[in-house]
Amino acid sequence: MPGAAQAAAINWNPWRVPRLRRGAFAVWRRNVLVWRRLVIPSLLLNFGEPTLYLLGLGFGLGHFIGEMGSMPYITFLASGIIASSAMTTASFEGMYSVYTRMVPQKTYEAILATPLEVEDILAGELLWCATKSLFSGCAILTVAALLGVVHGWQALLVLPVVLLIGLCFAAPALVMSAISPGYEFFNYYFVLVITPMFIVCGVFYPVSTLPYLVQDFVHLLPLTHAVALTRPIISGQELQQPLLHLLVLTGYTGAFYYAAVVLIRKRLIN
Amino acid sequence: MTDPVVVAHRLSKSYGAHVVVDAVDFAIPRGKCYGFLGPNGAGKTTTLRLLLGLTPKSGGELEAFGLPVAAHAAQIRRRIGVVPQSDNLDPDFTVAENLRVYASYFALRGEGLDARIDELLEFVALGDRSDARTHTLSGGMQRRLTIARALINEPELVVLDEPTTGLDPQARHVIWGRLAELRASGTTLILTTHYMEEAERLCDELVIMDNGRVLARGSPATLIADHVEPEVIEIRGENSIARCDPLNCRTERMGSSLYCYTRDPAPLLAALHDTHAQFIHRPSGLEDVFLKLTGRELRD
Repeated sequence: MPGAAQAAAINWNPWRVPRLRRGAFAVWRRNVLVWRRLVIPSLLLNFGEPTLYLLGLGFGLGHFIGEMGSMPYITFLASGIIASSAMTTASFEGMYSVYTRMVPQKTYEAILATPLEVEDILAGELLWCATKSLFSGCAILTVAALLGVVHGWQALLVLPVVLLIGLCFAAPALVMSAISPGYEFFNYYFVLVITPMFIVCGVFYPVSTLPYLVQDFVHLLPLTHAVALTRPIISGQELQQPLLHLLVLTGYTGAFYYAAVVLIRKRLIN
Repeated sequence: MTDPVVVAHRLSKSYGAHVVVDAVDFAIPRGKCYGFLGPNGAGKTTTLRLLLGLTPKSGGELEAFGLPVAAHAAQIRRRIGVVPQSDNLDPDFTVAENLRVYASYFALRGEGLDARIDELLEFVALGDRSDARTHTLSGGMQRRLTIARALINEPELVVLDEPTTGLDPQARHVIWGRLAELRASGTTLILTTHYMEEAERLCDELVIMDNGRVLARGSPATLIADHVEPEVIEIRGENSIARCDPLNCRTERMGSSLYCYTRDPAPLLAALHDTHAQFIHRPSGLEDVFLKLTGRELRD
């Protein structure tokens, strides 16, 4: 049976292209069910953090700064925080939670004894991480709207963008889980990748205030492109090069998701 | 005689130079309980992982339900239930939710599912614990829940990797009872174990493995008949051993005991009675076969 032999060869190749299948939604749904149980503390975190940022920094610093990027500072801040929160939410979930399910909890081992495969699990996890980003985005948008810093209904368009930002940062987090020997390992990623992006990618001040050389580098980072989409959508300004930003976020998602699937296949199917 | 459920021909698996499964042959008949017996590191768990398509083989052939495993792993897993060596129940869910969520991985849903979950929880005597969180269950209860979970997809074949390791005797007997019922209902069982009593009680056929190879195969009774003398006299303690002369016996020493295997125990028994030595006289069992074939040195 040459057909079977060929199928076998494809089956074991960890580099084969992942498919998106229905099984991914079973994994996503599993996580939704768990979240439902912890909904109160989750929502507290989703609403509490941005409220503190916006009230504390937005009004506090805003009082001295006044306007930034032709908008009130609190609007500038809210439209940046919505992107950076999507980043941190997806990163936390993609590292600590995914690693917990993969290693100590052996949830993936149990799932892999069913017809599901690594790519189904990771597609479900990726979507779930982005879903959590979306929850956080909804919370921030609500708080920002209540504070009167959102300009019109067009701001709702930020939600699909937040979902994409979630995907974009979940994928590299999955890669970190794939290669991680333990929880401490994630500190490197936070200190070396997430926190620097939080500081330099335009959340708190415009990227254009940075030295030119640094700016060139910062334009390669996904959070810069995320903020470049969320800020005009929230503040009602005109989008600049939206396709480029969407493409960068999608590209990061695809490349890192693929890498995560290959690495976790190698880790679990050996 | 129907076709075997699983057939392996010169099945091999190695990691680099380390051969874990070494040209193993077996054919597992439908509706039977088939055992893989061996010390730690014999290659039992790897053989199961190969069967589930969770690790690529290095050589040989492996088919389940007439399909090559490599090319049809997901399709084959749809028809298998798995009880892994260490419980991996979902700690985020209750007993019933564990089954419901696991069913969703098989795309099972709808009205029949609730009834199936109730039925399975009754079967493993957890009917009154359906809303309990899994961490509140005892080890035996968790194992039973894992068995119920393995049955959610109505599998034709259930694979159990050391199903009673770490359980107390009561819990073990409950599980043996359930497995016997399953087999009686026509489900094929594959189990790995290093408990001789478990293998002797449950398995219709078994292979004894060590260092990745099959050392012997057959029913427990034929293995005993083929490999050891029918009776054994176990003499305990140095003083007792020094006082006796094992007449027409094959002897083996282990710790402070001397095992005398024989077809004719009468002369040695008579001698032992005279010396007031400490001894036990019993029919030979699978453990004697196992120790003879795999040796008596400690495995770590």
